[in-house]
Amino acid sequence: MNRYTKQIVNGIVTENPTFVLMLGMCPTLATTTSAINGMGMGLTTTAVLVFSNLIISALRNVIPDKVRVPSYIVIVASLVTVVQFLLEGFVPSLNESLGLYIPLIVVNCIILGRAEAFASKNPVLLSACDGIGMGLGFTVGLTLLGAFREILGAGQIFGKTVTPKSFEPATIFILAPGAFFVLAGLVAIQNKVRLSKKNKEAQKA
Amino acid sequence: MKELLIIAIGSALVNNVVLSQFLGLCPFLGVSRRVKTAASMGAAVIFVITIASFFANLVYNGILVPLHLEYLETIVFILVIAALVQFVEMFLKKFSRSLYHALGVYLPLITTNCAVLGVAILNVQNSYNLLESVVNGIGTSVGFTIAIVIMAGIRERIEYNDIPESLQGTPIVLVTAGLMAIAFFGFAGII
Repeated sequence: MNRYTKQIVNGIVTENPTFVLMLGMCPTLATTTSAINGMGMGLTTTAVLVFSNLIISALRNVIPDKVRVPSYIVIVASLVTVVQFLLEGFVPSLNESLGLYIPLIVVNCIILGRAEAFASKNPVLLSACDGIGMGLGFTVGLTLLGAFREILGAGQIFGKTVTPKSFEPATIFILAPGAFFVLAGLVAIQNKVRLSKKNKEAQKA
Repeated sequence: MKELLIIAIGSALVNNVVLSQFLGLCPFLGVSRRVKTAASMGAAVIFVITIASFFANLVYNGILVPLHLEYLETIVFILVIAALVQFVEMFLKKFSRSLYHALGVYLPLITTNCAVLGVAILNVQNSYNLLESVVNGIGTSVGFTIAIVIMAGIRERIEYNDIPESLQGTPIVLVTAGLMAIAFFGFAGII
């Protein structure tokens, strides 16, 4: 595995932004009412993240240290504006369901976080790979969360009914409180796995 | 007057920013350990959001609309907000050192608090005028403060409880937030 693929895997698994770093919580909870919405939000963020990492990394020796954060914000805001227009033109339905949360990608901590922590210190290609990895990790997290909420709340996944007729969907999982509950459940499961791993290692030692 | 009251109550309680619109979750989860810090964070947010919605509206209707540059709103708003936060930080550093230290790293983080940008954009989307924008800003930020202070109060109690190992930390906070969100559904009938 060379360092480029390693960087991509790192974003998806080791440092998954949703489940491990807990970054970008607002879109994570707000846009995951269904699997397809979560995926759309994830991919939109990925696109912005890859290009912002690319540009910031290419300009890392040009931008003066003192004004770097405002410069990053302007770059990200411009990219988000471009993406917003592309979505409006080509995928109006997604644009409508994500609504306010598309311009809010600007203040998604993942993007500024990666710009500051990675792209400003690393070469262009590696930064782009980091963007792809982090973006896909975010997409996986959002799609999973959206899928769980859609199954529990509507008995569907990607708009197709998958549960038996006897299953009564609980609408609350699509509403606001459900977002908190499902994410709490997923993080708890992850904690459980990590704790049992730790206990096993402790027993061996 | 009646419309303004409806906007204020609507944004503070019925459509609470944190619990039903999911804006400003980072500080909501990050700074809600102690009631005192939560309250000062809330105060800073009220201050910044109110001024930001005033200036954002002024800039949008005074500069962007006459020049037909509405599509630049995201870029312009984030710059206005970043400049305002910088200003508030300098102001607090000079006049209220204790509050400045209490807020610590969270003050610059208000720039990336999506509630601030969210309110500015929502004001434009709902085509609120200057007064309505400011009222909406105050309502939203008061709603944020209510939510974060209640959350901090609950978290201070949670510390003394026996929580299952895998639910400790973030999960129990998220469950608490979920229950609060259900409670806030009760306000839906007000307007």
